[in-house]
Amino acid sequence: MPAFISIISSWSIPLIIFLIISYGFYKKINIYETFTEGAREGIKTTLNIFPFILAMLIAINIIQASGAMDYIIRGLRPLTGFLKIPEEVVPLFFLRPLSGSASLSYTAYLMEEYGPDSFIGKVASSIQGSTETTFYVLAVYFGAAGIKKYRHSLIVGLLSDIAGFFAAIFICKLLFL
Amino acid sequence: MINILWFIIIIAGLIIAACTGNMAHISTAIFKAISDSVNLSIGLLGPMAFWLGIMNIAEKSKLTELIGKLLRPILKYIFPDVPVDDPASGAIVMNLTANILGLGNSATPLGIKAMQELQRLNNYSCKASFAMCTLLAINTAGLTLIPATLISLRAASGSEEPAVILITTIFATLVSTISALLFDKFFRIFSDNNH
Repeated sequence: MPAFISIISSWSIPLIIFLIISYGFYKKINIYETFTEGAREGIKTTLNIFPFILAMLIAINIIQASGAMDYIIRGLRPLTGFLKIPEEVVPLFFLRPLSGSASLSYTAYLMEEYGPDSFIGKVASSIQGSTETTFYVLAVYFGAAGIKKYRHSLIVGLLSDIAGFFAAIFICKLLFL
Repeated sequence: MINILWFIIIIAGLIIAACTGNMAHISTAIFKAISDSVNLSIGLLGPMAFWLGIMNIAEKSKLTELIGKLLRPILKYIFPDVPVDDPASGAIVMNLTANILGLGNSATPLGIKAMQELQRLNNYSCKASFAMCTLLAINTAGLTLIPATLISLRAASGSEEPAVILITTIFATLVSTISALLFDKFFRIFSDNNH
């Protein structure tokens, strides 16, 4: 299985590039100029979304540093105990939608502490791998498009994170316990 | 909405920090956010320029339209409001492909590109269209079939079977993606249709 995955990982990008460039060349497009023109747009877009990334990171870092999460986790202990969720992975539930780097480093910490092949290591990896950083995606994607009214997007993103979190714990219990 | 949310998160953080004596961490956290935002953006600059360059070729050669037409059945179902021969469809397909293959660094630029194409169809309104909400729902749900980052992280921390999480991750990501699509459809009932 890992060999198969590494083949897909290493072949997919070169293959996509090969296909797109060859098709452009076949259609007699000045691919070099078209590429650089698009790349310039990419730089502009990155600069445009910078303020959104900054605003979001400030809010997220403040709430993380405030220690609010410890209190929420402590408050939720009866509930997580009742649902038999391993206490160690509960912080991931809050970190994952907020910050990709924070949740990845917490996952790395859990693997170091309990071992990557322990039950906790497997649950943490599954949670980390199965959902995205909802707040980042929301701020960046909608920021780049100039959207100010999100409709129901935030609630949908968070509800699906919750669904993914419980699904990861459920399937890990089923397969690894 | 984001206006209120931003205010609440920051104020709540400050009040809690004041009560718990964590104030010293707050300024550190703010300065860390400032430098992190630059690092993140610089990290995004290369992939963004690269993929928008590549996508520009795909678009000018009308390859994106072709891809959109090929995947018409799926797109018509998930994005009923988007014309299949519109460049937006091709960009959506590219974004979903990058997500599924676990190419995190490439998925973001392609997703932003798709979002901008959808915004064109949305007549540059400041309110997200239903199609934009759906695309965002899929992206926040993190649809993936190859959790490449996690497998390499597990291998790096000395796992005997780094890919053992493949099945569990695919299961969890399918659950979160399907529920995202269902929640998206469900909440539309309460959303007004005008832009």
